Amino acid sequence: MYSQGLQDAKGGPEPEGLLKAFQKRIDNEEKIEPRDWMPEAYRKTLIRQMSQHAHSEIVGQLPEGNWITRAPTLKRKMILLAKVQDEAGHGLYIYSATETLGITREEMTRQLLSGEAKYSSIFNYPTPSWADMGAIGWLVDGAAIMNQVPLCRASYGPYARSMIRICKEESFHQRQGYDIMTTLARGSNAQKKMAQDALNRFWWPALMMFGPSDKDSKHSVQSMQWKIKRFSNDDLRQKFVDVTVPQAEHLGLTIPDEDLKWNEERGHYDFGEIDWDEFINVIKGNGPCNKERLRARQKAHDEGEWVRKAAEVYQQNQRDAA
Amino acid sequence: MKLYEIFIRPKSGLNHRHVGSLHAADARMALQNARDVYTRREEGVSIWVVEAAHITASNPEQSEPWFDPAADKIYRHPTFYPLDKEVDNM
Amino acid sequence: MNKALEHYLLRLADTALTQSQRLAEWCGHGPFLEEDIALTNVALDLLGHAKLLYEQAAEISDRDVSADDLAFLRDVDAFKNPLLTELPRGDFAYTTLKQYFLDQFNVLLYAALKDSQYEPLAEIATKALKETRYHITRSRDWCLRLSLSTDEAKQKIQAALDDLYFYTPELFETDDDLNQLIAESIMPDLSVLKEHWQGQVDELLNECQLQVPKSGWVATGGLRGEHSEHLGYMLDDMQFLQRAYPGCEW
Repeated sequence: MYSQGLQDAKGGPEPEGLLKAFQKRIDNEEKIEPRDWMPEAYRKTLIRQMSQHAHSEIVGQLPEGNWITRAPTLKRKMILLAKVQDEAGHGLYIYSATETLGITREEMTRQLLSGEAKYSSIFNYPTPSWADMGAIGWLVDGAAIMNQVPLCRASYGPYARSMIRICKEESFHQRQGYDIMTTLARGSNAQKKMAQDALNRFWWPALMMFGPSDKDSKHSVQSMQWKIKRFSNDDLRQKFVDVTVPQAEHLGLTIPDEDLKWNEERGHYDFGEIDWDEFINVIKGNGPCNKERLRARQKAHDEGEWVRKAAEVYQQNQRDAA
Repeated sequence: MKLYEIFIRPKSGLNHRHVGSLHAADARMALQNARDVYTRREEGVSIWVVEAAHITASNPEQSEPWFDPAADKIYRHPTFYPLDKEVDNM
Repeated sequence: MNKALEHYLLRLADTALTQSQRLAEWCGHGPFLEEDIALTNVALDLLGHAKLLYEQAAEISDRDVSADDLAFLRDVDAFKNPLLTELPRGDFAYTTLKQYFLDQFNVLLYAALKDSQYEPLAEIATKALKETRYHITRSRDWCLRLSLSTDEAKQKIQAALDDLYFYTPELFETDDDLNQLIAESIMPDLSVLKEHWQGQVDELLNECQLQVPKSGWVATGGLRGEHSEHLGYMLDDMQFLQRAYPGCEW
């Protein structure tokens, strides 16, 4: 039943026996490793999801990188620099893991720059204020961690291993963001306003990070079956709201949602409807910063071309001389 | 740039362990990159880099004939041999 | 002695901070991912040095100041870094060569400062030396890679050398305060350092087959607070929040 419609790389049907054995391994919580047999659709889904994830880390350097030169103290500058660097590292770990599926980083980069591949829509929002560094750490990294922790048990070994490393490293990211927010919320009126304003702008985009509502999510069912996804988008989103609301209250900040209310019966917060038109529009490329973000990546790629080339030619020259 | 596999010894007394891969133009650069990418949190005291193309790996399709035969050689394990209580802990 | 010491600690701190600030501009924009990460490691190390040095300067200062006050509330004319480190980031060749010149200087300087009669400075130097020894491995390697590879890379690093070479003598400048510290063995004699530095640099440039420019404007002034136009813009950026919202905790 799970095999229905699955096609191999040449478009023919996947062999039933192999498919069954594969699903059995997954059901037994066995990890799939790079050279193991896997259905073509599994490979493709992983490449799509993992490269999207890696691209998000790399593009995600930009909105925060924006404030590295302007961080207000030496300590904040260090933390921010280390954090943005971690994101580059995380991108690298995931690109590496994705390369084991038979796609090169060059090809993934090409897909990113051409717009074929997507990345998290959150990074297409601007960071005009310092408080955005707080809001991103607290909300965006908070949402990311919630998505990523279950991925540490993903069925594909290299993905799961890279996620374990990433989750370990990321544990400080959310805290430093909340720490910025705490300092601002306890600061001058202007600082409080800055913090509230950042929360206002990042709240809804952060909720959108969990992806479309379950009823509209086209990849979910198969991905759950393959255990490259463990919880539904809506479940994770609800969990995020539930843990974040008290954190906002603790800061004395107001979440920008009039429908937000504790529901005793459900034991969860009810919250307002997400503006899915905005979500789709930003994914399609019409967010406030889509063009800038891709242009920045393109520029770095183009300006690095001669450097990469030089390193290769040097290596060849050295080898020829030896 | 070429793909290098990275192995790190977390501390002396332990084996080098595979941690991931990265790109570099040559082995020297791969070592430096590995230091900068994979040891930012005191994860290691020694690094090996190996060009991925130089690794010869066993074939997963052969894993049954290769690895299953070891399963029934239970006499290779100490628990196969019952001991009288008096001489337990041999 | 405190005034002279504070002056020198600020010279060192400002140098590390401005260099770090420029390197940090690469974060997210490096020529490839691995190098992006590596450059940021160097920026972080330098920022760490700056922080320790500012803290020490703040501690011995007569004024009631913090390390952050020193970094974020002084104007251009109070900064004491050599002009070399405030120059724009430039392309990767420019960044590489600038880094190499400074690394070569810092390796020799911190090795000597390890034996400083002023214990706190000796301690900072011991830590900084370890990190700088790694930095110079990288920057030397990159000088060679860029010089002995493609024509394009070679042209770029030669152009960087033409631009930067005459900014290096300023690294060795002294004034009355520094001469006093040299006499007290708190810091090394920079003219001796310069000989070693020049020897090492000549050797590498020779290996790189690069041509040392014959003449150019010889930079000077950092120690006296006389800077290029670039530093003002850098501070503009760096100090913006502290200036726009004075007296806040961050």
